[in-house]
Amino acid sequence: MIATELRTMVRRPRTWVSLALLCGLPAVVAAFLAVTGAAPAPGQGPAFLAAVLSNGTLYPAAALAMDLPLFLPVSVAVVGGDAVAGEAAAGTLRYLLLRPVGRTRLLVAKMAALTAYVLLAVVAIAVTSYAAGAAAFGTAPATAIAGRDLVTSVSGTGLTTPELLLRIGAAMLYIGVCMLGVGAIALALSTFTDAPLGAALGALAALVTSQVLVTLDAAAAVHPYLLTRYWLAWIDFFRDPVLWHDIQRGVALQLVYVTVALVLAWANFATRDITS
Amino acid sequence: MIVTRGLTKRYGRVTAVDAVALRVGEGDRYGLLGPNGSGKTTLVRMLLGLVYATSGEIEVLGEPVPRRVLRVLPHVGALVEGPGAYGHLSGRANLSYLDAAGPGGSRRGRRARVNEALERVGLGGVDNRPVRTYSLGMRQRLGLAAALLRAPRLLVLDEPTNGLDPQGIREIRDLLTALNAAGTTILLCSHLLTEVEELCSHVGVMDGGRLVLQQRMDEIRSPTGRTEIRTPDADRVRALLDGQVEVADGDRLLVRTPDPAELNARLVRAGARIAELRPERRTLEQVVLAVSGPGSDRPA
Repeated sequence: MIATELRTMVRRPRTWVSLALLCGLPAVVAAFLAVTGAAPAPGQGPAFLAAVLSNGTLYPAAALAMDLPLFLPVSVAVVGGDAVAGEAAAGTLRYLLLRPVGRTRLLVAKMAALTAYVLLAVVAIAVTSYAAGAAAFGTAPATAIAGRDLVTSVSGTGLTTPELLLRIGAAMLYIGVCMLGVGAIALALSTFTDAPLGAALGALAALVTSQVLVTLDAAAAVHPYLLTRYWLAWIDFFRDPVLWHDIQRGVALQLVYVTVALVLAWANFATRDITS
Repeated sequence: MIVTRGLTKRYGRVTAVDAVALRVGEGDRYGLLGPNGSGKTTLVRMLLGLVYATSGEIEVLGEPVPRRVLRVLPHVGALVEGPGAYGHLSGRANLSYLDAAGPGGSRRGRRARVNEALERVGLGGVDNRPVRTYSLGMRQRLGLAAALLRAPRLLVLDEPTNGLDPQGIREIRDLLTALNAAGTTILLCSHLLTEVEELCSHVGVMDGGRLVLQQRMDEIRSPTGRTEIRTPDADRVRALLDGQVEVADGDRLLVRTPDPAELNARLVRAGARIAELRPERRTLEQVVLAVSGPGSDRPA
């Protein structure tokens, strides 16, 4: 079932359209920057964008920073919200269950496909933006310290290219884990309704609520438990040395969100009447 | 094949299915009739483990449902409330996806299984157009093909001829008859009396969530013990058959008699002119209307 689920996801035009959009935004930004050469001042605009003009290797980090606040979570919420409710709306859910595919099994397959989608999206963004960055800005070292090819880390020290790629990979994984939180919430909501859009909107409501509260000092008491509280911790991968504290908390928090959402999804789906 | 005891489903204060004792035997062609909203679909969904009963027991193929439903369903083909397919895939791709999703069934035999199912429902020549371009009738045939995958022992079909033209209805009826002759039990839900009348060996009638009638078709249509007479000499006949005439309506009389042939001879001997004389048989329509009220989609 997992294999068939993955195959349907890959064959669905929607998957590729959403990936093209996710990868298109950084490419467009790269084109503008390359043509005008006018980068935002350091500390303004999306993270890392100020630094990429001098070295394109850092562009994947800038691309992730562009897609992370809205674009990526929206597409993950849409895919997650469609998981069960989409089948219900298309009238295929009952036929899958009658095949028979066990209800737990179906949920596991849906979560696996969602995870695969998140990974695919993050990797696609990283790869295409690396290519876009290299093409637009070149891969010349930003600051040559002691004759080595170095990129300046957020902390001001230099990073070699392999080290940088490793850190970009780690940051991608971390963002993937963060996206699973939204995805699992959307999946859980998806088992409660037959309207895919409703489930996606519900997950986005959770996302927006969290993003608003995170900036609100009055809500400081709940900050450590908010969905998006540690999302920006991926930037800590580019500090020297890596600042692990928030990253660890972020991973743990997302795992809690994913676990709670999946248990809820299972408890509801396994006992629910399928009337679609 | 299917036995239910006291099967009940309540949605809040509405009782959709009320203490139903359904009994479908092996090899039966069972027609489940009833007006819209009478609980047919809810009953079928419970049999298939999609909807959970409030109380009562279900046994399908000798196994309790929903507890062992995953062991039952591989032998069941179903069409519930219209076909469902992915619009962006072709009919063939839809079927092989469905075939792959379930347990068992070798990958190598898949293409042959899918082709055979398509062939059976008359979609053998279908090309690779996506399903969203299909007509209603083609979708319905595709849904039937999905039910026929893996040669099920029990077919549960809810309105299988919906959207088909008369020719198509005929084809599907012949297909079902052939499958039944080969040993497949069929449970057919319909609100079309003729469909059930022409195909089924057993009839159940649902009304307001209750199974108000469950009988063999040949019993329903056996003679009622009355004889219908048409005669221009109605008054004369009534005088002759004093007390035996139960209904008189112009030139049409209904007479209670054990032997129509004897009655005929007696009337002719007396010189009454008989235009028509035959044992009364009830039509399925009369029986169904007699036991069921107005449908729930028509508020009283």
